[in-house]
This record gives sequence, structure tokens and C-alpha cells, in this order.
Amino acid sequence: MAFNHRHLIDLSEYSAEDITLILDIAERFREVNERRIKKVPTLKGYTVVNMFNEPSTRTRSSFEIAEKRLSCDTLNFGGSSTSTVKGESLLDTVRTLCSYKIDLIVVRDKHAGVPYQVAQASGVPVIDAGDGKHQHPTQALLDLYTMRKRFGAIEGLHVGIVGDIGHSRVCGSLIPALKTMGAEVTVIGPPTLMPAMPELLGADHVTSDFDAALPQLDVVYMLRIQRERLEGAPFPSLREYNLLFGLTREREKLMKPDAIVCHPGPLNRGVELDDYMADHLERSEILDQVYAGVLVRMASLYLLLGGTDHGVDA
Amino acid sequence: MALMLKNARVIDPQVDLDEVCDVLIRDGRVVEVGHDLQMPKGVERDLTGKILVPGLVDIHVHLRDPGQEQKEDITSGTRAAAHGGFTTVACMPNTTPTIDNAQIVEYVKSRAAEVGKCRVEVVGACTQGLRGETLSEMGDMARHGACAFTDDGRGVQDSGMMRRTMDYAKQFDRVVMSHCQDEGLVGAGQVNEGAASTRLGLLGWPAAGEEIQIGRDIAVCRLTGCPLHIQHLSTARGLDMVRAAKAEGLPVTCEVTPHHMFLCEDDITGAYDTSFKVNPPLRTREDCQALIEGVVDGTVDAIVTDHAPHCKFEKDREFELAPFGMTGIETSLGLVITNLVKKGVIDWNRLVELMAVNPRRIIRAERVAVEPGSVADFTVIDPDVQWTVRVEDFLSKAQNSAFIGTELVGRATDVYVGGYATMEEGAIVE
Amino acid sequence: MNEGGNVKSVCMDEREIDRSLTRIAHQILEANKGAGNIALVGIVTRGDLLAKRLAERIGAIEGVEVPLGRLDISLYRDDFATYFSPEVHSTQIPFDIDGKTIVLVDDVLFTGRTIRAALDALMDIGRPACVQLAVLVDRGHRQLPIRADFVGKNVPSSLEENVRLFLDEVDGVSAVEILSLAPGDRAHAAPIGEKEGE
Repeated sequence: MAFNHRHLIDLSEYSAEDITLILDIAERFREVNERRIKKVPTLKGYTVVNMFNEPSTRTRSSFEIAEKRLSCDTLNFGGSSTSTVKGESLLDTVRTLCSYKIDLIVVRDKHAGVPYQVAQASGVPVIDAGDGKHQHPTQALLDLYTMRKRFGAIEGLHVGIVGDIGHSRVCGSLIPALKTMGAEVTVIGPPTLMPAMPELLGADHVTSDFDAALPQLDVVYMLRIQRERLEGAPFPSLREYNLLFGLTREREKLMKPDAIVCHPGPLNRGVELDDYMADHLERSEILDQVYAGVLVRMASLYLLLGGTDHGVDA
Repeated sequence: MALMLKNARVIDPQVDLDEVCDVLIRDGRVVEVGHDLQMPKGVERDLTGKILVPGLVDIHVHLRDPGQEQKEDITSGTRAAAHGGFTTVACMPNTTPTIDNAQIVEYVKSRAAEVGKCRVEVVGACTQGLRGETLSEMGDMARHGACAFTDDGRGVQDSGMMRRTMDYAKQFDRVVMSHCQDEGLVGAGQVNEGAASTRLGLLGWPAAGEEIQIGRDIAVCRLTGCPLHIQHLSTARGLDMVRAAKAEGLPVTCEVTPHHMFLCEDDITGAYDTSFKVNPPLRTREDCQALIEGVVDGTVDAIVTDHAPHCKFEKDREFELAPFGMTGIETSLGLVITNLVKKGVIDWNRLVELMAVNPRRIIRAERVAVEPGSVADFTVIDPDVQWTVRVEDFLSKAQNSAFIGTELVGRATDVYVGGYATMEEGAIVE
Repeated sequence: MNEGGNVKSVCMDEREIDRSLTRIAHQILEANKGAGNIALVGIVTRGDLLAKRLAERIGAIEGVEVPLGRLDISLYRDDFATYFSPEVHSTQIPFDIDGKTIVLVDDVLFTGRTIRAALDALMDIGRPACVQLAVLVDRGHRQLPIRADFVGKNVPSSLEENVRLFLDEVDGVSAVEILSLAPGDRAHAAPIGEKEGE
């Protein structure tokens, strides 16, 4: 068993074996997270910088918890405290941070490609915590973890992703990873929310007819309507969006008996999902996804820092 | 003072010349072209093995002067132009302030006369401040030597304004050069809409955003009769529209850049190298092929560089925040020789038409030919020298080229402007 | 191919291992005055199997079921930065260790670092009343002030040697072997199932 990646940026570079390894190790960390003392000394002495250049609550807190449970020292960086506000370039900021002899950078940025640029400028391992409309690999991993936990395997599952495909960094990582793991993927949404070439990401089917697609799906993955990132107005109203693409109690009748509902959060109740579906005891995996986020992030940190002999004298 | 250029292979389709001969120049003009010429006294240069052509002209260059001299200025930009083999460049008006009045036209021309290493023709703005609202003083600028008009960098968005611009400009016998970009359709587009935008998670800059304005401007050309020149054309369909307009007999010309011919959207990798961020964006491989076919069949009139220098710090940042544009004036000739002439796609005659004859015609510049009486603006090319594009060799202040590291064949070694050498054996003459 | 080097000698065969485990089972019961408050925790990847065998023997002797757990110490190692293996096994301790006498079980006691890590791991899980250590082989060369309470066999060895336990359950054969260490190698437990590949 070997893990030969320095960064977690482009999930399409990860093989099925790599992804399986991450999920297996995440499973191992589940035991740690269920103890009274939810902390192991594994990464003691490593310094991880959480560089969040755009607002994020859940991804940032999930990373911070993962780091602390592995005993990393963490430095949270971003928001109004960033030097970029004072005119410093992002890459100069990265070079400055690297002078502190840090070991890994977690990057969230609203611009696509920034994690790669940070990796080039810093020389330390980088985890992409979401870049623009490009990728969000740890979100995809936690989704895969959740699906595998529920169904035992990802291969053969039919996953439908519903909503704003074109502006979704989750799709940029999740669709290629689902294909790597052998799932079938249907993307569902109005044409105004589709990327130019969804098949290039790996989508097997593209449709705007949610009701026709729903009965085939094992996983119904509802994307958040990212109102802050929609240029112009790609649909007439939230009401019409909910009418055509909302997962409602009424629409549940079309679902397979064991089909589950995922959502990357935060929820817009009444838009993508109604309360009944969001809180559905059997079907909703939404809170399990959040928990899985800590596990796969612990696994990612563990694997990327493993064997790095800088920072710590063994 | 006399200058004798001996033993070069002289190529000039204007006078149907392609043979090894001598060119005698006196007081900036050609006196005689022939074999075994003699002169009583003067400077003699042996150009055996080289090719001599009418001086190359690049009619789409951003010299950034006045106002953005940290990127480039007239001194560095014209040195780079000479280094690339050009005797004349036409500079774009999107400077700070905009070249939208005669005073600034005069500034550029006088500064170029003082420090320039090539001739600088000035393209004035169509509208004041490139805002697309009020016509600029095109008449006054034309009197002070503006060679054409454009709102390059942005394009005239409103169709009525474009019609007014072209209606007004036609009285001065100047072309209106059009940067075709429909802002409504393009928005904040970063890369070609399609594979690149999907793969990289960047907003798409659709081909239709360019084609819709090419179509509109051809229609306005038909309406007004004003000569129209489509700038940095990048799509196959856009080229078809120009082809059809020419067949119809409309006064329409167009230009393409080396980067749109020799690079495509697939060259933009997950490294998000901002050198590849240009406007219009790199298109599909099929578009590249169509542009090359247009170069061959005559639909494309001119090869230009859209030389767009930027500071390293401006490009060394987030892809979506980096400015559009790449340099090109020092790589253009080598790229065209390597990718088109050496591969047998076009011959040297066609290169001379695309890079010297037609560009002069479009900017209404005096004809330059290898014949007695002509101004002695010549470019001498070593057709076989192999070289690698290197940052250290650029004379431009900028380094934002996507061709760094590319192996090329052929480059200019000597350049003469009005009978004076601006470059000899690859070195700028100070 | 055996990455651990050439076999120099077999210092315990299957019967000797059996006899030692039986003796240790009796010693544990004797020292603790019965099986009342004890629980066995084996360190993966061979100690857990030994713990299981010990639990069976104690059960047979006393007629009670002793709580049995397995402990993975990979998250507690002190050489994470230099010798990294992405393999993480699972810790399964399906009982409350608070107040219990925990008998840690490992195959070969060498530098003592594994036991140090195991003690830390155990303390994160709970607060045992007492921790004792049972090992099948003590090969010496301690680097930490740690000693075993119950030892199957003391095997003097040099630092150029590796002492490895193979067990029928995972390796298809049971034996303790002394192997010569190839230059640059370090002593560590055999990967699971290594014998089967020979």
C-alpha cells in the first residue's frame, strides 16, 4: 500500500485505490472520534495554516477540528485580517507564511486555480478546501464516504446531482471521483445552470426532467442554490425553482425505497429541499455528511503529512 | 550616405522579385536593385544566406505609453519591435490617458521620433475615453497623423454608436478597427466557453460573444461604407463571416495573432498559467486550424501580435484577477516561419504580404517595396537559425509570453528604417 | 521474498509457543489472584492474536470469559515523520477499561517504544487501575525504562538481527525466528501473511 500524492488539489488525479485508502483511514478515525478523549498525538509538532480567503463556516471548522484531533498546531488566516486587504499579493502572503516554517496549507479561495498557485509558491503540501467554481476535493471525499457507509460500495450506484451544476466546485471534484469509483452519474437542472460541457466532467446523463430521472437514483444529491454566485438571474424565481427542482414530500414518492438524500450545505430550506426531506430520518444523510467531513479531513492530513520529515524530529 | 546590401535573397511579391541580388540605398531611399552593383563609397553589408524583405509591420501593438510605463514604454516597446524584425508598429489608444485627441497623438509621435527604434503609427480612439459614448476628435487626430481608429480593449458596445463612428470616420479615409466583444454575452468570461471553462471552473467567454459583433460590424460596414478591420479574429465562424463579406465586395479586412493560431484552449492546464490568459481567449484546435486556412486562402489580411505587455506582479496572481494579454512582438516572426513557412503551409511571398504589404495598406502607410524610389525600410531574416525563446533575451519590459521555452527556426538579424540600421546581426544599434 | 533478511535460527517452534502461552496464562492468574478484574489488550498486528490465544487459555482454566480488546498504536508512534506507512488498523476495545487491570500483550519486546505508545493510547481511552505487560519474546536492547511482567522466552540478540513472530492464523505457520538484518533495514514486525508468499 502506497500513497504517492503530495497535494490534495485535483481529485481526478487520484485512483480508485487512493480514494479507497483515504476512506478506509477515515473509517479508522471514526473510532477516535467516538472516544471520550477525541484526540491522538499523531501530528504533534506540525503546523497547519488554514488560509480561508472567502467566508466559510463549515469547511473551516471541520478542518480545524480535524487538525486539533490530530494534535496539529493551527493558524487560521483570512477574512478581514488578510494582508491582501492591505494590498499584498496573495502569493507574497503565502511566501510570508512559509517563513514561519509551516508544514501544510489548507486553502479556500473564490478564484479557481489558487491552490495550485499556493502549492507552487509555498513548496509545502496543500489541501484545496474549495477554489472558485473549480474543485472541492474533501467535500467529494466526505460524500463518497457517506455513500459507501450507507450502501457498502460506490460501484454501481446511480447518483443524481441536482441544481447549480455549472457554478458548483463540488461537482468539479465529485463527478470525476464518482466515475473513478464506478458510479453512474446524472446531472439534473435547468440549462441555465449547466456548465458548457458537463460530459467533460464525467456526467453520463444530462437532463432537466427531475421527475423522470428520480426513480432511477440511489443517491439524490441536492446542490445549494448559490445565490451569491449567480450572475444575472438564471431562473425566474425561487418558487419556480422549487416547483421544478425542489425535493419535496410529494416528489419523495418517485424515489427508490432505499434511496438517500445528500446536500453539501448550508441548506436553503424551501428551495432545494423542504423540511420534510431535509429532516427525513431514513433518507437524509446531511448530518452524517458533516461528521464524515471531519473523518476524511483527518485522513487527508494524516496521509499528506505522513513521512514528511520536516518540522518534527522523530 | 550610401548603403549597399549585398547578396541577400530578396523577396517582394509587389515587384515579383525572388532572387539573390544587391540593393543600393542612398539618403534613405532605394536607388538601384540588381546584380553586382558598385558604389564609389559608403557602407557595404554582405547578407549572403539571408533573406531581405520589405520592412515588417505590426498593426496591433500596445506600447502602454503614456501612463502605463511600468509595463512598457515607447523606448522599450520599439526596441522590442526592432528586435522582432519590425520597421513599423501601430500602437493602440488604450493608454492613460486614452489617445483620443491630437495632443496625445503628437506626444506619441514626437516621443517615438526621439527615442524610437522603429516607426510608430498611432491608432486613435473612436470614442472619448473608450467609453463608447461620445465621438473622439477623429478629424483632428487624422490631421496629426492618426492612421486608423479603434476602441480596442473593449469594443464599441452600442450598435448606434458604432454606426455613428463608422459614418463619421469614413470621411478621413481611415479604417475603423473593431475589437469584437459583446459585453452582455461575455460578462466576466475568462477562457473559451466549452472544454476549458468546464475543466477549469472558470467563467466562459463564448465564441458567440465575438461572432455576434463581427456580424454586426459587417452589417454596419454595409450600411455606412466605412472600411472595417476586424481585430484579433479568433473563431472559425467569425472568419467565415469575413470571407462572405469579402466575397460580397465589402471593404472588410481582418487580422489574426500567432497565439490564436498556434495555441488552443487545451494548452491552459491545471497550472492556471496566466500567460495563457488573452482576450479574446485561446479557442479550440479546430478554430486554430480554420485561422491557418484563412491565412493560406487570403481571407486573413494581416498577422499581428496584439503585443500586450504586463508587469510580472500583475500576471503572477489569481487567474481570474490577472489581466488579459501576452507579449508577442519578439516571437511573432519566428513563430510564423517555424509553424507556417518551414512546414510548407505558406511561402515567403505570403509571409511578406501578411506581415508587410497588407498591414501597410490597412493603416494607409506609404508603400515600401524593393524597387528604386521606395523608402528603405527592410527586414533581413536568417531563415535557418535555431533559437529558443528565453525571458533573458526579451527587450520588452514584460515577460508574459506563453511561448517561453519554445524552440523556433528563423528570426530577423538586421533591420533598416529609412536606410539606417536599427538592428545589426541581432543587436540593437544604439 | 523475505524482506527481513536470511533466517539464522528458529528459536521457538509451535510447541514451545504453546507451552509458553499456557505458562503465561497461569502466571497472569496467579499474579492477579484469578481472572476477576483483568482484561487482555493485544497490540496489532501479532499481539492481538496472542491475546486471543491467552484469553482462550484463561477461559479454559478459570471457566470465565476474559474481556479482550485490540489496540492499534500507529497514531501514537514517535517515528511518524521518518517511517510512515499509510496502513492504519483499528482499535477495538469493546469494554470500559476504567478501574480494570489491563494486561497488554505484544509479540516481541525490543526498544520499548511500542509499549510507550500503547500506554499513551490506553490512557486516552480510559483510566485502568493497573497495566501489566505480557510478551512472548524479550530480545533486550531497551531504550526506555520499560520491563515486561510476563515473558515467554528471553532471546539474546544483536542489533544486526531481527526477531520475528509468525502465527498460524495469519502466516500459515507458528514460529519465532531470528533473521539477519539487511543493511539499512530496521527491525520491525513482519507484514501480515508474509510467510505465505515464500
